[in-house]
Amino acid sequence: MSDLLKNILRFAVFILIQVFLLNKIPHLHRFITPYIYFLFLLWLPFSVSRQWLLIIGFITGLTLDYFTMTPGLHTAACLLIAYVRPFLISVLTPKDSSEFNYREPSPRAMLWTPYLVYVFVLTLLHHGYMIFLQWLSFGSFLDFIIKVIATTAISMLLIVTVELLFPRKMKFRTNTA
Amino acid sequence: MRNIFLFIRRYRTLLTFLFLQGVALWFLFTYNRFHKAKGLGVANEITGWVNSKYSNVESFLTLKEENRRVHKMNDSLLNLLSRNFMHVDTSARLVKDSVPFDTLGNSRRYYFRPASVVYNTVNSQKNYIQLNRGSNHGIKDNMAVISSDGSAVGVVVNVSPNFSQVMSLLHVQQKVNASLKKTGDFGTIDWDGKDPRRLTLRGIPKSIDIKTGDTVLTSTYSYNFPPGYMVGTVAEVVTDKSTNFYTLKIKPGANFYNIKQVFVVENLQYSEQITLNQETRKKIEDPKNIKK
Repeated sequence: MSDLLKNILRFAVFILIQVFLLNKIPHLHRFITPYIYFLFLLWLPFSVSRQWLLIIGFITGLTLDYFTMTPGLHTAACLLIAYVRPFLISVLTPKDSSEFNYREPSPRAMLWTPYLVYVFVLTLLHHGYMIFLQWLSFGSFLDFIIKVIATTAISMLLIVTVELLFPRKMKFRTNTA
Repeated sequence: MRNIFLFIRRYRTLLTFLFLQGVALWFLFTYNRFHKAKGLGVANEITGWVNSKYSNVESFLTLKEENRRVHKMNDSLLNLLSRNFMHVDTSARLVKDSVPFDTLGNSRRYYFRPASVVYNTVNSQKNYIQLNRGSNHGIKDNMAVISSDGSAVGVVVNVSPNFSQVMSLLHVQQKVNASLKKTGDFGTIDWDGKDPRRLTLRGIPKSIDIKTGDTVLTSTYSYNFPPGYMVGTVAEVVTDKSTNFYTLKIKPGANFYNIKQVFVVENLQYSEQITLNQETRKKIEDPKNIKK
């Protein structure tokens, strides 16, 4: 399956899971909605250019926003992580995109520790910024802090579970191929 | 000039980021104020279509419970209209009268339209409900929405041709007039954004004796809600010594977790009332009319 088709399918699946499953399940506590749709952005291939990352981030966020009736909220957060992603990858794994043996960021391509740091930082940025924007219009500061921590923890748990349950089959690339 | 192009070329990504971020924030902040999202008309049709497909599947799972509730509502309505039983025969047909006058010369004030929920959340601070009826079916902004068992649910804030969005009572910007069934004193229902099982009623003076379990109904002073429909029951009386008014925690009558069938209620005199209200204000507050 080509990368493009695979990612379009992934996009649809992540959005549907987020809208119809995670946004609807009875919440664990007050407002801790588990988020996972942004994993789509984290899983995009290394070879996607920074411009395209931003555009894809914008579209992803806006699609979710129109389902949840909060235009701009998730879009802003998605843009932020799409912008930060390339920097973070180059800091954590000092390689050029063509030097990776796998196409996408994954525990196998980056090793577990750098991958978890990568996921954690972006999750924290996404939630922090999104909840900050919500907090601007409503809520107390303590609520804001607790929500960021708790939502990040839940999302990390979900993402690690997804990584362990559904290891992506990826071709090992060598320089000769 | 060349330097400008070089600058743009060099910081292309950052500029794209800042531009898109600006667009996103513009959407966010203009939307919250006016409840009109950019491009929402088109997006509403698309998300509505997806939502209605999903809802088709989901409604099977809640069919039994919903059936029971609708049945109960029908039952109570039939009991209210007991004279209908006299006329029922094979040639009789119940015709819904949309003309604002009935045969007794009474004017019809509220018109009910059935609708079903295609999307709903409770775990945000701003919860919206999407219905499968839109402007093609006569739904307009500011119409009230009540659930199939007759409890207040919210107010329509946006419509597209086939779908409409309802601002649920579980929305931190929602304000609905409500009154106590026992004494008729009225106050305002709002939501503190914390627990979806508790609304807040403010503005009831402390001179009234209130017990938990007292019923709260929609008020006669509301422009969009028909009076006498259930809002909820008093669950807790919060005593605040600094004011002369109660802060009451209300258990909502509608179950927002599994809401499926609703009625959209049109106040046929809504625009007349609103216009009169505005005209009055203009007349009284206009500096020309103030007596010197």
